Amino acid sequence: MTDEIIEFHAVATTSEVTEDEPKAVSIGRLDVGIYQLDGEFYAIDDICTHAYACMTDGYIEDGQIECPLHGACFDIKTGKALTAPATIDLRPYPVKVDGDQISVGVPKVDD
Amino acid sequence: MTDDRTFVIVGASQAGGWVANSLRSEGFEGKIILIGEEEHIPYERPPLSKEALLGDVSVESTYFWKKQTLEESKIDLRLGTRVSSIDRTAKKVITENGEEISFNKLAITTGARVRKLSIEGSQLPGVFYLRTIDDTLEIKNQITKGSNALIIGGGWIGLECAATLTKLGCKSIVVEAADRLCGRAVTPEISNWMLDYHSKNGVDIHLNTGIDIFQGKEKLESAVLSNGEKVDCTVAVVGIGVIPNSELAADAGLDVDNGIVVNEQTQTSDPDIYAAGDVANHPNAILSRRIRLESYENAQNQGIAAGKAMLGNSEPYSEIPWFWSDQFDANIQMIGIPENWDTTATRGKPENNEFVTFYLKNGVIDGAISINNPRDLRFGKRLMQEKKQVSVEDLSNMGIKLQALLRS
Repeated sequence: MTDEIIEFHAVATTSEVTEDEPKAVSIGRLDVGIYQLDGEFYAIDDICTHAYACMTDGYIEDGQIECPLHGACFDIKTGKALTAPATIDLRPYPVKVDGDQISVGVPKVDD
Repeated sequence: MTDDRTFVIVGASQAGGWVANSLRSEGFEGKIILIGEEEHIPYERPPLSKEALLGDVSVESTYFWKKQTLEESKIDLRLGTRVSSIDRTAKKVITENGEEISFNKLAITTGARVRKLSIEGSQLPGVFYLRTIDDTLEIKNQITKGSNALIIGGGWIGLECAATLTKLGCKSIVVEAADRLCGRAVTPEISNWMLDYHSKNGVDIHLNTGIDIFQGKEKLESAVLSNGEKVDCTVAVVGIGVIPNSELAADAGLDVDNGIVVNEQTQTSDPDIYAAGDVANHPNAILSRRIRLESYENAQNQGIAAGKAMLGNSEPYSEIPWFWSDQFDANIQMIGIPENWDTTATRGKPENNEFVTFYLKNGVIDGAISINNPRDLRFGKRLMQEKKQVSVEDLSNMGIKLQALLRS
């Protein structure tokens, strides 16, 4: 297996993502949620691993995002599934901030 | 040191599955035997009246865990097995086939069963109930596009079914004996919103109407309503509530009163026997009364609480009840069981199908219902938990974020 090539995509500006209001973006076929926590930006898969719901519509508290549908909580920094009913983690993506531009790194897809 | 104890769970339901899962995640190394009457491992019920009925998802996708995961966790599954009695003195459960299974501790998670209609014709093929995966598959096989589907009962199951069957191309006709929809669960203004919403989506709703007779030669062909009207229909789905499966506990001499009576540690009147989920009647400190909940959240979290309690790691189980339903494009969520509120605040516009109605008692949120706004409802739950003093003006003002009220 070859290593994945990560490609960064400029998808948001820093003013669009606040601690209270994450931003949902689409990168290719991926739905990604961008969050701000303690001044840093994080990106994790936006679709709950338990059932179809957009995590960015959820509830944020103590560094966790809670699914709006069934209440599963995930760690915003790592995507780790913390509570039932989720048992599978959300995938985290690397984030780069350049000025006010936020870029998210996702695996390059061969067309 | 090895643990030679055996914990038995009767009911391979959502609650039962979470008891088993919680025992393992809390580090229990003894034997876990999970006994289920159905042939399925624990599965999610919400999709049964929605995605699974539509055909969007497979039966397997409703399973909470893969069978392999349960086996790897060394959960001994005994499916297709009905327990007929509990011998508390000998600490054994006895199955219908006469097998005796000893336990050190027992959890009862037998859930609830549908309330059945016993009227003329109710045994005809084509008259369905919806509680299990097998029910969903049977209904799905029976419906034909363009035909009439009669739904008895304008509660959650009835309305979800009406929406899904409409999406499948049926004409859904709902009869509800009471004067409004979901009358036991929601307030009159939300009932009115539901009536309007379903009517606009093509559902034909008859309030104050019951069903007298199902008719048909070999299978259902029509029904006569209590107002004398005859309705042609190829399927009927009856959703008139459920009855807790507490007979096993009652026969064993455990306290039963609208479900199996448990304490805040999910323990029954026998300290080695626990109960959780739809079958359990627990004291809820937040509501200041005993309650038996029929909800997803309760089945999950009370199941987890029971697993911990069986290991002596219990925290009192008491949560703000939370329910949700999906009907057409509306996600409906409720927190609390509002009673005796003195005022209400509506945030958003009901006519846009996106709003939350808060029920306040002495300036504190006592419950809320949201249509397509789970986020504000969630903030409302936090405000309710913290018993924050809030005003109708602030809650109704879309310009004020609810998180700001939490911090104030």
